[in-house]
Amino acid sequence: MTGYLHNPWPWYIGGAIIGLTVPALLLLGNKHFGISSNLRHICAACLPAKIPFFQYEWKKETWNLFFAGGIMVGAFIASHYLGNHEPIKISPQLVGELQTYGVKDYSQLMPNDLFNMQTLLSIKGFFLFVVGGFLVGFGTRYAGGCTSGHAITGLSNLQWPSLIATISFMVGGFIMANLILPFILKL
Amino acid sequence: MDHTKSIAPLAEEIAANTDFEVRSLDTVCINESHLTHKWYSNFKYMLVGILFGIAFVKTEIISWFRIQEMFRLQSFHMYGVIGTAVLVGMVSVQLIKRFNIKTIYGEPVLFHKKKFNKGQIIGGLMFGLGWALTGACPGPLFAQIGAGFLVVTVTLLSAIAGTWVYGYYRDKLPH
Repeated sequence: MTGYLHNPWPWYIGGAIIGLTVPALLLLGNKHFGISSNLRHICAACLPAKIPFFQYEWKKETWNLFFAGGIMVGAFIASHYLGNHEPIKISPQLVGELQTYGVKDYSQLMPNDLFNMQTLLSIKGFFLFVVGGFLVGFGTRYAGGCTSGHAITGLSNLQWPSLIATISFMVGGFIMANLILPFILKL
Repeated sequence: MDHTKSIAPLAEEIAANTDFEVRSLDTVCINESHLTHKWYSNFKYMLVGILFGIAFVKTEIISWFRIQEMFRLQSFHMYGVIGTAVLVGMVSVQLIKRFNIKTIYGEPVLFHKKKFNKGQIIGGLMFGLGWALTGACPGPLFAQIGAGFLVVTVTLLSAIAGTWVYGYYRDKLPH
């Protein structure tokens, strides 16, 4: 039994739990599942700077910050107590490609060869962390939501603007992963 | 729709809410409840977050490797996760609407339509670029940090900065 808990979960289990988050939040208090809003709430709480976009009752949205805090706690629990300490199994094609960029460590969910202090302070790291993060924060707010708000909540409620947003997310991802990222990883 | 009729008084109240266009342009993720609760009632959302975070890690969707596979069409995994999540969410929402299921406090569950604006395309493309770089959408950012990848804190801070800069230049951007 513990084997099932400790081994990686199949896609349909994870997908079902994520999908059930939508009704869980709705029924617990009319809350709409959407995580990127937290970035806005943090701005509104910490540095509103008289910008109209950050003038609203962010305290009413504290529940979402608790939710995000819960994600951190859950991730901590899963990685410290529910792991199987085996390398992640990914597509051999990807392994072959990443090898040419010096990415060889598959012991954890994230590539240790990239997600370390040394890379952080390099040009490559500037793109991966600083530029990447900025695009995530700017882009999600400009789009009015992220994977959770648009792709999951929006599509669940059959909203076509969310479908357009989701397609745009995917197009951007395909362009970056296939056309731009190879050059960044070679830096 | 019957559903919208049954919640007409609340819907009107919301329509009258001129809370800086929060609803018209940025309709995602805005609190629908009109009840006030003690602060500690928020812990129930944290509990949902914990389960969600565990699922994130155990299904490996916070993994940069998995995101790269997805955008290279090398694995079905991420498509399976997102597809299942959408399907389960869709069925749940339809059930809530069909049977007019109330929240645990007896409030009707409210939904709102999303309006199209150019940001969904331009911002969506930008987010997609960032997603493939960082291997994370906003949820996994929190999960990666919780799982011990502390350099991701820089990504999160940069994402907060990106949101702030969007807020600053919002009036000048096409919507």
